[in-house]
Amino acid sequence: MTEAILSLRGINKSFGAVHVLRGVDFDVYPGQVTALVGDNGAGKSTLIKCIAGIYEIDHGDYIFEGNKVSVSGPRDATALGIEIVYQDLALCDNLDIVHNMYLGREVKKGVTLNEAEMEISARKTLDSLSVRTVKSIRQTVASLSGGQRQTVAIARAVLWNNKVVVLDEPTAALGVSQTEQVLNLVRRLADNGIAVVLISHNLSDVFEVADNISAMYLGQMAAQVKKKDVTTNQVIELITTGKSAGVTPVGAR
Amino acid sequence: MTTIETPVKPSIKGALNDYWSRIRSGDIGSLAAILGLVVLCAVFTVMSPTFLTPINFANLLTQAAAVIVIAMGLIFVLLLGDIDLSAGYASGVCGAVMTILVTNHGWPWYAAFALSVVIGVALGTSIGWLVAYLGIPSFVVTLAAFLGFQGLLLLLAGEGGTITMTQKTVLKIENSNISVTNSWIFFVVCAVLYVLSGLRKMQLRRKEGLKVELFQLWALKTGSLLALCAFAVYVLNKERSNNPQLISLKGTPYIVPVILFILVVGTFFLQRTAFGRHLYAVGGNAEAARRAGINVKRVRTMAFVICSGMAAVAGLIFASRQNSISPTTGGSSTLLYAVGAAVIGGTSLFGGKGKLRDAILGGLVVSVIDNGMGLLGYAAGIKYIVTGFVLLISAGVDAISRKGSV
Repeated sequence: MTEAILSLRGINKSFGAVHVLRGVDFDVYPGQVTALVGDNGAGKSTLIKCIAGIYEIDHGDYIFEGNKVSVSGPRDATALGIEIVYQDLALCDNLDIVHNMYLGREVKKGVTLNEAEMEISARKTLDSLSVRTVKSIRQTVASLSGGQRQTVAIARAVLWNNKVVVLDEPTAALGVSQTEQVLNLVRRLADNGIAVVLISHNLSDVFEVADNISAMYLGQMAAQVKKKDVTTNQVIELITTGKSAGVTPVGAR
Repeated sequence: MTTIETPVKPSIKGALNDYWSRIRSGDIGSLAAILGLVVLCAVFTVMSPTFLTPINFANLLTQAAAVIVIAMGLIFVLLLGDIDLSAGYASGVCGAVMTILVTNHGWPWYAAFALSVVIGVALGTSIGWLVAYLGIPSFVVTLAAFLGFQGLLLLLAGEGGTITMTQKTVLKIENSNISVTNSWIFFVVCAVLYVLSGLRKMQLRRKEGLKVELFQLWALKTGSLLALCAFAVYVLNKERSNNPQLISLKGTPYIVPVILFILVVGTFFLQRTAFGRHLYAVGGNAEAARRAGINVKRVRTMAFVICSGMAAVAGLIFASRQNSISPTTGGSSTLLYAVGAAVIGGTSLFGGKGKLRDAILGGLVVSVIDNGMGLLGYAAGIKYIVTGFVLLISAGVDAISRKGSV
């Protein structure tokens, strides 16, 4: 098995008296899709925000590419090459695709923006992900469908040569064919060598694209398993009860 | 390698179709202002024999100037979805400071003007800080500033109430004209620069293998714009004095190149620099901008700084046009006319949409209504009501188009 690019060990996080994450272990592998599943309130979002540096970890180890690192702000995570694509997308409707992909990191020539270079590499990135659904990369995001927006948000994460891309419910608001497009894109991201974390409530999506499944239950990591080793029912048991017959819990490994 | 651009051959028809679908989706841009301007001019020309005379045309431009400059500053704030109600009186305060320094203290006008801009920037910084860092809604902060600046202006104007401006250069801006020959030279230089920059942009994009605007379409747009400007220069160059032997009045008013200069610099700032891009981004989705690493608070503060700084320029124009500064300079309808100008021109009150040229188009619409109805002898009351309605209609169109696009 390949080395994990990102490993969390014994992560604890409390908000006042509420102990949200209790000794969570989590591993993410390059070139693979790791699905993070769990019921509402299981701690998925908190875990992601810890990875993104939005929340500081109370105690536990954050290991990136084999080295223990300290991540105390979003900039630290970005510097490591970790990008989160949030559920509400974080795109500016009034800007076009190129502008959105380069938002906050514009390429400049002197004081002016280098539109040509941005347009060329934005197009290259979309091409490398075989995105063909977008008519013109100079159209505003407002004119795009939900799936296309998700595509742009994901492509933006790729543009910056990120090593880990976390997708928060990328298919939640999409129709059938758009979901299919986005899942294909998720798969291609991993095939390009990126470590992808996919948060989803939709188990059929998870089983379609994921290589690994990590199930959380009440602030703990119930199990981290390979997709091929489990069935849908076992994953549902993990999500709802935290254990399942035939699945080795993480702690016992 | 696959390409994501669908290989549609560019054509006039395709471009028209694109434009039509943009309009239908609610993105009408400046179309409303241009149509409004044409209709208003036609109506007033029919109804008043003096409307379409060279002297009235020159009047229109000098009347609209201050409102246009305030509106150009306001657009930076409106792009964020904020508003600055104090910009009118800010121009009064800055104009008063400048006039007092020149008239009472004998400062050279440029030094006094520079200091008034610094004061405008300081006022804008405080407003921006209160809005961005303290989080008070811009409406409230600038409403308070509106009252405060009005008071400040009253105190500055003092007992006499009016500070006269006699400095020649300042008065020239709104009251003198570039000579006929120089007007044409100025026009030709601007036209050549405009055409060359357009061609260069196209050539650069073609060299990089990017999609280029259809040449015929560009030529049509550029050609009609330049023809319109040439016609304006031609009209302005006609003798418009009633008694040419006594005093000759012809040529382009100095205010025109001043406004063009602000337009070019401001548009460059908005469209070609990272700061401008960030301004649009914050107006479109502040949260997305923040997550993208943009310093939203700094951008917001800067917008108010620019708005008040531009108000200082408008103060100079007021001083020049009125030959004085009084406690009502920049007051009464000035600010609302400026907001109206920006919105009528196509800038959205919801933020994220607008261009600097909107201020000019909308400012001309407002000025045409004001001027035309004045010529027809309507009372000031009626003028306000009509302008109010026009503003309401443009804001309504803005709101509906926003609904349509979501």
